[in-house]
Amino acid sequence: MDKTAKILKKPFTMTIIAILCGFLVAGIILSIAGYPPFHSLSVLIQGVFSGPKHISNVIIKSTPLILTGIGVAFAFKTGLFNIGAEGQFIMGCVASTTVGIVCDFPAVIQIPLVLAAGVIAGAVFGGLVGFLKARFGIHEVLTSIMFNWIALYFSNWICNLERFHKPDTIGTYPVNESSYTMILGKWKTTKEGKEALLSSDFLKDTILKTDVNAGFIAAIILAVLVSFLLYKTTKGFELRAVGANRYAAEFTGINVNRNILHSMVISGGICGLAAAFYITGNSPHGIATLAAFENTGFNALGVCLIAGSSPVGCIFAGLLFGGLLYGGQSLQYEVGAPSEIINIVIGVIVFFVALTHIIPPLVERFSKGGKKHAK
Amino acid sequence: MAGASSEYAVQMHGITKSFGSFYALQDMELNVKKGSIHSLLGENGAGKSTLMNILYGLYQADEGEILIDGKKVDIKNPNVAIEHGIGMVHQHFMLVDDFTVTQNIILGNETTSHAGFVDMKKARKQILEIVDKYGLEVEPDAKVSDISVGMQQRVEILKALYRGAQLLILDEPTAVLTPQEIEDLISIMNNLVKDGKAIIIITHKLKEIKASSDTCTIIRRGKYIDTIPVKDVTENELATLMVGHEVNLVVDKTPAKPGEVVFEIQNLVVKNDRKLDAVKGLDLKVRRGEIVGIAGIDGNGQKELIEAVNCLAPVVSGSILINGKHIENTSPRRVIDSGVSTIPEDRQKRGLVLDFTVNENAVLEQYRTAPFSEKGILNKKEMEAFTKKLIKEYDVRPEDCGPKRAGGLSGGNQQKVIIGREIAMNPDLLIAVQPTRGLDVGAIETVHKTLIRERDKGKAVLLISFELDEVMNVSDTIAVIYDGKIQDTFAQGTVDENTIGLLMAGGKNHG
Amino acid sequence: MLSSITLFIGITLMYSTPLAFAALGGVISERSGVTNLGIEGMMTIGAFTGATVGYFTGSAWGGFLAAGIAGGMIALLHAFASITCRADQTISGIAINLIGPGVALFLCRLLFDGATMSVPVTNKIPKLFGSAGITGALKNLNVDVTVVLALVFAVVLWGFLYKTKWGLHIRSVGEHPAAADTMGINVYKIRYLCVIASGILAGFGGASMTLAIIPQFTPTAISGQGFIALAAVIFGKWTPHGAYGACILFGAAQALTVILGGGSFQVPSEILAMLPYIITIIILILFVGRSAAPKASGQPYEKGAR
Repeated sequence: MDKTAKILKKPFTMTIIAILCGFLVAGIILSIAGYPPFHSLSVLIQGVFSGPKHISNVIIKSTPLILTGIGVAFAFKTGLFNIGAEGQFIMGCVASTTVGIVCDFPAVIQIPLVLAAGVIAGAVFGGLVGFLKARFGIHEVLTSIMFNWIALYFSNWICNLERFHKPDTIGTYPVNESSYTMILGKWKTTKEGKEALLSSDFLKDTILKTDVNAGFIAAIILAVLVSFLLYKTTKGFELRAVGANRYAAEFTGINVNRNILHSMVISGGICGLAAAFYITGNSPHGIATLAAFENTGFNALGVCLIAGSSPVGCIFAGLLFGGLLYGGQSLQYEVGAPSEIINIVIGVIVFFVALTHIIPPLVERFSKGGKKHAK
Repeated sequence: MAGASSEYAVQMHGITKSFGSFYALQDMELNVKKGSIHSLLGENGAGKSTLMNILYGLYQADEGEILIDGKKVDIKNPNVAIEHGIGMVHQHFMLVDDFTVTQNIILGNETTSHAGFVDMKKARKQILEIVDKYGLEVEPDAKVSDISVGMQQRVEILKALYRGAQLLILDEPTAVLTPQEIEDLISIMNNLVKDGKAIIIITHKLKEIKASSDTCTIIRRGKYIDTIPVKDVTENELATLMVGHEVNLVVDKTPAKPGEVVFEIQNLVVKNDRKLDAVKGLDLKVRRGEIVGIAGIDGNGQKELIEAVNCLAPVVSGSILINGKHIENTSPRRVIDSGVSTIPEDRQKRGLVLDFTVNENAVLEQYRTAPFSEKGILNKKEMEAFTKKLIKEYDVRPEDCGPKRAGGLSGGNQQKVIIGREIAMNPDLLIAVQPTRGLDVGAIETVHKTLIRERDKGKAVLLISFELDEVMNVSDTIAVIYDGKIQDTFAQGTVDENTIGLLMAGGKNHG
Repeated sequence: MLSSITLFIGITLMYSTPLAFAALGGVISERSGVTNLGIEGMMTIGAFTGATVGYFTGSAWGGFLAAGIAGGMIALLHAFASITCRADQTISGIAINLIGPGVALFLCRLLFDGATMSVPVTNKIPKLFGSAGITGALKNLNVDVTVVLALVFAVVLWGFLYKTKWGLHIRSVGEHPAAADTMGINVYKIRYLCVIASGILAGFGGASMTLAIIPQFTPTAISGQGFIALAAVIFGKWTPHGAYGACILFGAAQALTVILGGGSFQVPSEILAMLPYIITIIILILFVGRSAAPKASGQPYEKGAR
């Protein structure tokens, strides 16, 4: 009894419960709508796991979500709700695209330059939100939302400037090839490269057929780095103290406003980095005119919440999210069920994550009740 | 029994209530006669408030019965309690700051004209009738946030009387009042009792019980101890019954040996949240080796004074000096680095990060310095070793709480962590704001002893408390604050409580 | 000249109406102490339900009512999470914002052969002065009836919150729930009703978009209005009249961009489109007071916990 109660109280268990609830609700909705729930689920899973190529694609799809999720989680630890990740991501895309188009240096210089452009743009945009919160006390959620829209229109404006706009498309020119961060990107297109990769089915599927890029590796490194920063350094101590109780932090000499600003700058910078890897690692290597938000940043909120705002957890939550989005396509293709069911699944998971804190007291009461009866 | 009116306003028999595995009340008894003032005496956490919350329908008892006027009742919620003529004035007033006095009184029991529209005129008339009858003076149209604490309490009493209360429960009613206001309150209570109403006072203050009550029921750790007529016992006897063993009501200490001035405030002006002057030209000196206590009612500038000293609020004019160095309008960190440590009033808001471990909380100020960190990297081992020492020295329980959440500790143990941490800073000036709030008698004694020990080590100690007894017993020098200024300063033993009380209320010292 | 002034007023009122409904909903919810970040999702559900029911029944008002009911139903989820389960209201709101558009688009594809847009309704919400007979500058002022309805709601809500006993109860629950509880007011019940009411109003807001302004549901019909409505609540200092005024202001900023865009200015349309958001931020910087929020807003209430 006690052991079960203990397991049930672990955050990890509760996340799993929330995820299962998400699938359960989706199954119910699908069956009401007239789709076979179990078949749909198996199609979804097959869509992800049926081959190395698909796994590769899931990783590719997840990478921006993981990176942005880490960015959101970082702010979350400082008690800030960075709903502006969307805008910071967009600005990161705009900056790395423009710099990648304008500059053309050798890769050793070009790649860091383009990545830095993305980071700086995201950091500035996040920092603005932090500044407005620290200086004027305006809630970060409000300013973030406004900045998201400003970023969207700014991106469209840049996209349609003559210098960047690729004629007869809705997007810009791609960044110069020296900026690409695909793994073995150049070599893949050479003759030897092609031959070498074709010789193995696995390599052919995972590397040749997909745009596998360095972003995922960067995401793992970043998750570890961010965890280290938060839990092993004095700066992280300050940031977390401000997040957990800004009044006590202030009282013991920690500069709250400065930490809010720093947190948002770093959070925005990570979102910008996510964007830079997205631009340099994925076709079409540029931005397109946006009719609406593409939701990378908003989905990253979901990733962060499912991960319980743990940076390492974001890797797994991001993969789950990316897998669902990718598998959702085959669901629509094979079963005919609208792929929006995936958004419902994710929404329901987040909803249950919000509810999970009621589980420990429930378990407590239940195990107490059990004991009483045992007496 | 039916029909016949009982001599008792309320009887509670065999009341038991547990929260989880903790028994807050066990087989508790309470019998309150009509037309009497009845005290419920017990330490913090003894179960007084729980018992009254059960009577008021905020909690349900697990076992036991309640009789009102001799009839058994089932009080499921406050509405039922109100129907049975029970009114409660909570220690932390249940008033909506943003509403007017009248709105607060009628809330939940509004007089409406048609279609739910509130009839304010009629409400005001009804309230003024009660005001006149019992001498409860209030301003019906003032916002609650703008009136004095004493008037807020009268509003609370009016709320109960407006609903026709025959039994009034007052939870720690004098905690926030001046001695003169307490006298006024007692005369109001006597008016009510003469009218046949019964009053229950929840308190741990012995003097008040002697001054006001007819009967006293003592409760200890959730259990019924005794019910006695108040006139037959002394304060010391009451204290012994409350705590369970002999207690020393007087603080033991040797005379102070003050040295040079360590801390000095000159003509300080500070504004409050509402941009009005709250500290209005305050002067104060604290010398090495003495405890200066500031007596005063909450809201006379104490909060703003401390915020200004800690650089949490800007100083409009004047200066704050520590060892001759200006610290006003610098930064909280500069203040700490200059040798000022503060035990804050609100330990959960300002004192601790509840979601941090005790280890982390113990170094909340020192995490930046060696040995707790080097080159920006934390040294968890050193943090843990330091906390272990602190836990041992201050007897924090449980002993192995270091890696656990600070929020899981009891209030007294949380306070010990804060006190240990602040003293470990080895400050020149130790400021303690309401350091014993919500602690039980044993813990209070420890805190007082610690303050005196620090004084004897040659520290300057500044104590700010709303409990006049505490200030008078612990301090070597007593300063009275009223309306943002120090009214007068006395050496311990040269002044009586009435003089201080008068000054606290804004009167002039004619002695 | 007169014509461009009336055009400006007409566009202002048109843009502000969906916002006003949603913002009034936000006021009710916040005033009872529950932060409603899910307004956007509730509006989307309302927008879809309104357009769909309006299309299938041919009745615009039927669609409008159905939108309110649908908004109220999804608000019930938020109420359950934030009131009964005392969940983090921000997270719950975000979840609603993920679920709302998901459900709307899912159902849309089911009902309209896989399309993400509904078929345009034949009967839109009527115009104030009917459909015929008015020409010239005044034509611009022949606004949708929902425009007037929003104003009426704002006035009614003001009277309700400040003059009636129920308003007193709602405000007390938002400021000091424990005080309200001790006076026998059922905190949970009032919060539930207020959150549901806010969902209904958000639903109306969504439907006033898809039944009056554009005649159909599209994936971008509701894109950000819910959040702007939240900004209006804060800017309007949590009062119905303030929030309504803030919506009008935002509508005016939108109208300005439309009129400037149609003129001979050399400003790119994308830059113009940013204007309302930039103006909102500037307004927030200039006017936001830190203390106007209901004191218990966003905090779950637990009986007996003090």
